[in-house]
Amino acid sequence: MGSETAAPPGSHEGGASPWAPTPYRVVERAQETADTATLALEPVEPAPPPGFVPGQFHMLYAPDIGEAAISISGATSDPRRRVHTIRSAGRVTDALTKARVGDVVGVRGPYGRGWPLREAEGKDLLLVVGGLGLPPLRPVLYEVLAHRDRFRRVEIAYGARTPKDLVYYDEIQAWRTRKDLRFQVTVDRAGVDWYGDVGIVSQRIPDMRFDPSSAVAFLCGPEIMMRGSAQALVDRGMSRSSVYVSMERNMKCGFGQCGHCQFGPFLLCRDGPVLPYASVERYFALREL
Amino acid sequence: MRSPRPDLLGELREHPFLRGMDPGFLKAIEGATQERSFGTGDLVIREGEAAKEMLLVQHGKIGLELVAPDRPRLSLLTVGPGEIVGWSWLIPPHLWLSDGRALKPTRILAIDGATLRAALEDRPKDAYQFMLRLVPVISRRLQIARIQVMDIHGV
Repeated sequence: MGSETAAPPGSHEGGASPWAPTPYRVVERAQETADTATLALEPVEPAPPPGFVPGQFHMLYAPDIGEAAISISGATSDPRRRVHTIRSAGRVTDALTKARVGDVVGVRGPYGRGWPLREAEGKDLLLVVGGLGLPPLRPVLYEVLAHRDRFRRVEIAYGARTPKDLVYYDEIQAWRTRKDLRFQVTVDRAGVDWYGDVGIVSQRIPDMRFDPSSAVAFLCGPEIMMRGSAQALVDRGMSRSSVYVSMERNMKCGFGQCGHCQFGPFLLCRDGPVLPYASVERYFALREL
Repeated sequence: MRSPRPDLLGELREHPFLRGMDPGFLKAIEGATQERSFGTGDLVIREGEAAKEMLLVQHGKIGLELVAPDRPRLSLLTVGPGEIVGWSWLIPPHLWLSDGRALKPTRILAIDGATLRAALEDRPKDAYQFMLRLVPVISRRLQIARIQVMDIHGV
């Protein structure tokens, strides 16, 4: 997510206001690509942070600049650490990506509804991912790998702009060597040093191995990519209600009060960001949204 | 000892692009079909050269690449097993519009373009079925190119 808001009222005051961020310290930082960094945060205070489910997001506050909605991209199993992968796309996210180990940022949340992982148990699980859609799905992958026997086939198709825009590169290489999942990577364009697939990620769907009558798909990425991928999955026989998408709009409050992230009848920060494709398909086609 | 001749008719029949085509049509083009293998990095087709054959990928992967002066070679699409390389063999002036490079050991079936065009002209019903296969490929690649132009992963 890259939607940004102005600094929240009361953001320097602490306390119980839902607008007040909790201070977290940057404990680790990794530069993923030229404009994208991963920050691991831990609360400054000893009290453990609230738990989260894969697919939820935090409002991250860059001191004196403002807030941005950023998906949680780390494992749910770590009681204190909260990991976020952020692309510099504006003043707030630019400041966040430049935060150094030891810096303090503000955190509100977690917010939103996550991926319905329980629904995928006993079924084939498909993850179709574009660009920075991978961070919100990485916690899903961690959960799946921690409880691999609960799922049948696991297929991932990940598309990025160029090979240089792939995040979690080393982790992906490790996932690609595993026998208990299939991780396909494609890029929109490449130079001669790339021997992988080139095209768009939805092209990989005809090649994915799954039982359409018993599969669940999680899609995250640019809206046009999710539309095309959802249709390709439906064309392969999947039910629209078994396909879930993570929607992105301009999140500001994070808890369904301000209305900035309205998408049709949904307030995405509260009702989403993860929604069944069957619920949002008709709104995808509305240009006004 | 010579290696056994591959069952080209069987391979044509089973290739996803031609699957379901009339057996008589496949028989008509069988004699004009050759198998060809390429190593990683080999050039399969070259932009501007005569497109004399229709190429069906059996194994491996081919990257379709554009080369422009003073710019690095750019790969825009990869095609793999079950796909076709292009359609320049069908459309005058029968010149390839991009380079095609094997990105891994690759095996293709190459059907002589002149024979194939003649078979399509002689058999309008088969030609229609053939076009029902080819047009969606062209349409999909156009859609892919549109999305690539949109640069959807850009900021």
